[in-house]
Amino acid sequence: MKAVSRIYMFLLFLFLYAPIFVLVIFSFNGSSTMSRSVWSGFSLRWYACLFQDQMLLVSLRNTLIIAVVASAVSTVLGTAAAIGINGLNKWARRVVMNVTNFPMMNPDIVTGVSLMLLFVAAAKFMGNLALGMVSLIFAHITFCLPYVILSIMPKLRQMDPNLAEAAEDLGCTPRQAFFHVVLPEIMPGVVTGLIMAFTLSIDDFVVSYFTSGTTQTLPIFIYSMTRKRVSPEINALSALLFGTILLLLIIINIRTSRESKRSETLQKEA
Amino acid sequence: MKSKAAVYPYLVWMIIFIIVPTALVVVFAFTDKGGTFTLQNLQEVGQYSNIFLRSIWLGAVATVVSLVVGYPAAYIISRHSVSRQNTLIMLIMLPMWMNFLLRTYAWMTLLEDSGFINRALMACGFPSVHMINTQGAVVLGMVYNYIPYMILPVYSVLTKIDPSVIEAAEDLGADRRTVFLRVTLPLSMPGVISGVTMVFVPSVSTFIISKMLGGGSNLLIGDLIDMQFLGSAYNPNLGSAISLVLMVLILICMGIMNQFDENGAAEGGMMV
Repeated sequence: MKAVSRIYMFLLFLFLYAPIFVLVIFSFNGSSTMSRSVWSGFSLRWYACLFQDQMLLVSLRNTLIIAVVASAVSTVLGTAAAIGINGLNKWARRVVMNVTNFPMMNPDIVTGVSLMLLFVAAAKFMGNLALGMVSLIFAHITFCLPYVILSIMPKLRQMDPNLAEAAEDLGCTPRQAFFHVVLPEIMPGVVTGLIMAFTLSIDDFVVSYFTSGTTQTLPIFIYSMTRKRVSPEINALSALLFGTILLLLIIINIRTSRESKRSETLQKEA
Repeated sequence: MKSKAAVYPYLVWMIIFIIVPTALVVVFAFTDKGGTFTLQNLQEVGQYSNIFLRSIWLGAVATVVSLVVGYPAAYIISRHSVSRQNTLIMLIMLPMWMNFLLRTYAWMTLLEDSGFINRALMACGFPSVHMINTQGAVVLGMVYNYIPYMILPVYSVLTKIDPSVIEAAEDLGADRRTVFLRVTLPLSMPGVISGVTMVFVPSVSTFIISKMLGGGSNLLIGDLIDMQFLGSAYNPNLGSAISLVLMVLILICMGIMNQFDENGAAEGGMMV
C-alpha cells in the first residue's frame, strides 16, 4: 500500500513538474526561430533579451504592487467578514453566503466583463479617467475575498462556538478573545486564504485582461508573448519565475523548521 | 461575542463590486446599442448552442478526471506526518505560482506535432500522434491547470477529521474499506463539493486554454465573450447576453451541487 501511494504521488508530481522542467531546459536553447523543441546548444541569449525588455520590468512591478495590496486587504476584510458571517442568524447567513459564493461560482470571465462595464461607466462619470492600477486593485480584492472567506469558514465552523464565550466569561475583552482564542484557532484558514489570495492575484489573467485598460501586468505581458508564434523569451521568463518561487519557498521552509527546532529545544530546557 | 458588525464593510464592498456590475451585465444584455429594451441579443445567443454544449462537456470531463486523480492524492498526503504534509502541499501549490499561461504554453511545446512528446515517440520507433488542437488536449490543459484547486480543499477537510471518529469505527469492527466509504468519504464531502466547484467553473469558462491547445476549431463560450468585448466582433450587448446565459447555467449547476452539500451535512448531523 505504501509503495502504491508512493508511485502514485511520484506520477502526479511528474505530471505537474515535467512541463515546467522542459520549459526551463529549453530556456537555455541557442536555437533562434526554428522549432520550440529542437535543441541546438547552450546559450543565455534569451535571458539577455528578457532583461533588455523595459515592458517586462514595468509589468512585473505592477503585478507585485497589486498582489501585495489586494491579498492584504482581502485577508483583513475577509477574516472580519467570516467572523461576522459566523455570528449571523441562519437566514441572514444564508443570504450573505450566497453573495459570497456568487463571484466564486461566477466564471472569471463574467466577473471580468461585469467589472469592466462598471469601471468604464465610473471612469466616464468621473471625467474620462482611464482604467489602470486602481481598477485592477479593486478588481483583484473583489475576486480574492470569497476565497479568503471560504478558506476560513470551515475552521470557524469546526471551532467550538463556546470557546470565545468562555474566554469572555473568564475576563477577556472581545478584542483579547479574538486575538488569543479565535484567531489562533482559525489561523491555518487565514494563512491559506492569504496565500491563495496572493497566488490568485499574481496568477490572474482573465479579470485583469478586462479591467486593465492599457496597463500591463505580468500575465498580460506573457499573453502578448504567447501570441507570437515562437518566442523563447517566455521560457527564460518561466525559468526565472520558477527559480525565484522555489528559492523563496526553500528559505521559508528552512526558517520555519529552524524556528520549530528552536522552540522545541527551549521547551526541553524549560 | 458581538461579531455581526464585522460583516458590514464586506457587504458594502460586495454590493459595489459584485451586485452593481452584475446588474450592468443584465441591463446590457437586454438593451441595444442605443439603450432601448430588446430581446434580440438573447435570441442571437441561441445560434451558439453547440459551443455551449462543447464547453459544458469538456468542463465536466476535466472535473471528473481532476476528482478521480486528485482525491487519492489528497488522501495520501493527509496520511503523512504534519511536516511531510506541509512539504507535499507546498509541492502541489508550487506550479500554481507559475502563471497558467506559461503552464499552458509548456503543454503547447510538449504536444505539438513536432513537439517534445512526438520527438520522443519517434526516437523510440513509434509513429507520431496528433495531440495539439484536439479536445483531449483542451481537457488535459484544464486538468493540469486546475487540479490543485481539487486537491487543496479535499486535503484541508481530510486533515480536520477527528482521528478518534475513525478509531471508533475501527473499534466497532469496520474494516479499512468500510471506514473509508462510510466515515472518511462522507465527512470529506464539503471538500469535494468545493473542489468540484473550483475546477468546473474555470474549466467551462476558459478561453485561453482552448485558444492555445484547442486551435481554432474548439472554440468555447469564453472565446465568444472575449470576441464581443475585446475582439474583432466588438458588441458588448451581445457579449453581455452570452455572459448572462453562461452565468445562469453555472449558477443552476452550482445550485444543484449545493443541494448535495446540504444533504451531506444533514446526514452528518444525524450521525452525530
